[in-house]
Amino acid sequence: MTVTRVDRPPHKAAPAEVGASGLLPAQRRLRRRSRLTAFAFVAPLIAYLAAFYLYPLYRNLDLSLRDYTVRSFVAGDAPFSGWDNFRKVLDDPTFAPALRHTMVFTFVSIAFQYAIGLALAVFFNRHFRLSTVLRALFLIPWLLPLIVSASTWSWMFNSESGVVNYFLSFFGVDPVGWLTSPDWALPSVIIANIWIGIPFNLVILYSGLQNVPAEVYEAAALDGASAWQVFRRITFPLLRPVSAITVLLGLVYTLKVFDLIWIMTKGGPGDSSSTLATWSYQLGFGTLLPKFGPGAAVGNLLILIALVFGLLYIRVQRRQEA
Amino acid sequence: MTSLNGSRRHTILGLVLTALMLFPVYWMVNVSLTPQQHMRKNPPDLLPLHPTFEGYRAVLHDQLPYLGTSLLIGLGTVALTLLIAAPAGYALARLRPRGGGALGLALLIAQMIPGIVMAMGFYGIFLDLGLLNSWWGLIVADSTIAVPFGVMIFTAFMSGIPGELIAAARIDGASTLRTFWSVVLPVSRNALVTVSLFGFLWAWSDFVFANTLDGGGGLRPITLGIYKYIGNNNQEWNAIMATAVVASVPAAALLVLAQRYVAAGVTAGAVKD
Repeated sequence: MTVTRVDRPPHKAAPAEVGASGLLPAQRRLRRRSRLTAFAFVAPLIAYLAAFYLYPLYRNLDLSLRDYTVRSFVAGDAPFSGWDNFRKVLDDPTFAPALRHTMVFTFVSIAFQYAIGLALAVFFNRHFRLSTVLRALFLIPWLLPLIVSASTWSWMFNSESGVVNYFLSFFGVDPVGWLTSPDWALPSVIIANIWIGIPFNLVILYSGLQNVPAEVYEAAALDGASAWQVFRRITFPLLRPVSAITVLLGLVYTLKVFDLIWIMTKGGPGDSSSTLATWSYQLGFGTLLPKFGPGAAVGNLLILIALVFGLLYIRVQRRQEA
Repeated sequence: MTSLNGSRRHTILGLVLTALMLFPVYWMVNVSLTPQQHMRKNPPDLLPLHPTFEGYRAVLHDQLPYLGTSLLIGLGTVALTLLIAAPAGYALARLRPRGGGALGLALLIAQMIPGIVMAMGFYGIFLDLGLLNSWWGLIVADSTIAVPFGVMIFTAFMSGIPGELIAAARIDGASTLRTFWSVVLPVSRNALVTVSLFGFLWAWSDFVFANTLDGGGGLRPITLGIYKYIGNNNQEWNAIMATAVVASVPAAALLVLAQRYVAAGVTAGAVKD
């Protein structure tokens, strides 16, 4: 998914700012009408956001502040319990590992996605034969439904018959229980997630490179700069604004990754690959005795963390625009 | 720029890198064609030398209804998304409604909310309203992924439409609605295509909402079809992978038919021009 922004409409030298009193009644009527028309065009969106964003979020907050059982969930008369669910969740022995896994999953994924995406962007920036076609093919992992990628990687990581262990056997590596051993489950889902995220980084960083003027490179070539020097002294510094945006967006997306981990390991074995996202779902829907309250509480904590990075992203972007 | 020799070296390296990157996709196809009795062979068959179509036969047999549902949900999501997002995008780009800036910020933040949180909230609401396991409930939920994105694409695009075009329509006496319908929408084809493509793809790929809100319905999407396969018959990986291949068709079609729009969608707004 991508996050996009609205370009704030250019503030044209407002012609109607002569002062309301200076307007003829007809003009005033026209202005009121155009304001009404504008509202009519955004009204469906406002209603939509209220019904299908605010209300679900409110329901989720409400869930996290009440003591729900399956019966009271259906009947809708669960008693208000304040911060109990949050306290319960923070005291849960799963909390610390889930938070740690979320952080490891996010930061390791981003580091590799960014580094590999950047290397590929620089590589594809050279325009060789077939470069456009190959660059397009690189998008495939990002476009595939997550369940497709997740189940393919699951089978590749199969400990007895998986192709990954088969390749590793050439190097004398004993079969690894990728998804079945607590030590390897988290690295396995991280590897799959890196694979999925590379295209996004490649595309954005590549389009950032397109904006570096060719003269800069020509000047560097005249000065006899080596490829590494060009990258260190020119490409990387000039790409910093785009890099910041890419990494921050990546953080927001990666924090909320759920499908991939759920399909590959369900957060297991044990809690060895559970993140806040999978733990929240596990609590709410993963067992026969759903704990909606604590599940929603974990979800709300996740929103808070995502918002921190999200607001940072908005700040960085606004500053770049200015 | 580079010598012919260097260019060829680059092409070869590019092919190798692409092959590495796409190996999992190849492996999915390869496994989908592997006969069941060879599935756990060691070493595995790296090439589908003895292809079988039993996996695809299983898809035809078991998964067609799921594919139909996904198509329905995908198209419904696109329709709902366009209906909400296109007028709003026009208003934000051109009509300067009150509170437009705040709305833009709200849309940005909306895109950052984790899907599981939305799913849990929707679950509560749908349970109250008796909408669980309904295909159109799933359309509503899936559209929340695409609407904020859609509004922003439309806003960005419609801001770029020449003002004279709109002014000319006004002078001819067209109402705002008329101008929107017969002038703005037709020239916004690129934005319409981009939003539709992504809306469809996201709805088609959705797993979280489907698994939460439509787990037991009569009409379930293909992502649940695959998930059920994985859960039920852990052994028939050619059928699982064949379903995965079929489920990937929209993504592949998208890449072939509309690559330009895809790249536009990924970078839209993320990069300052």
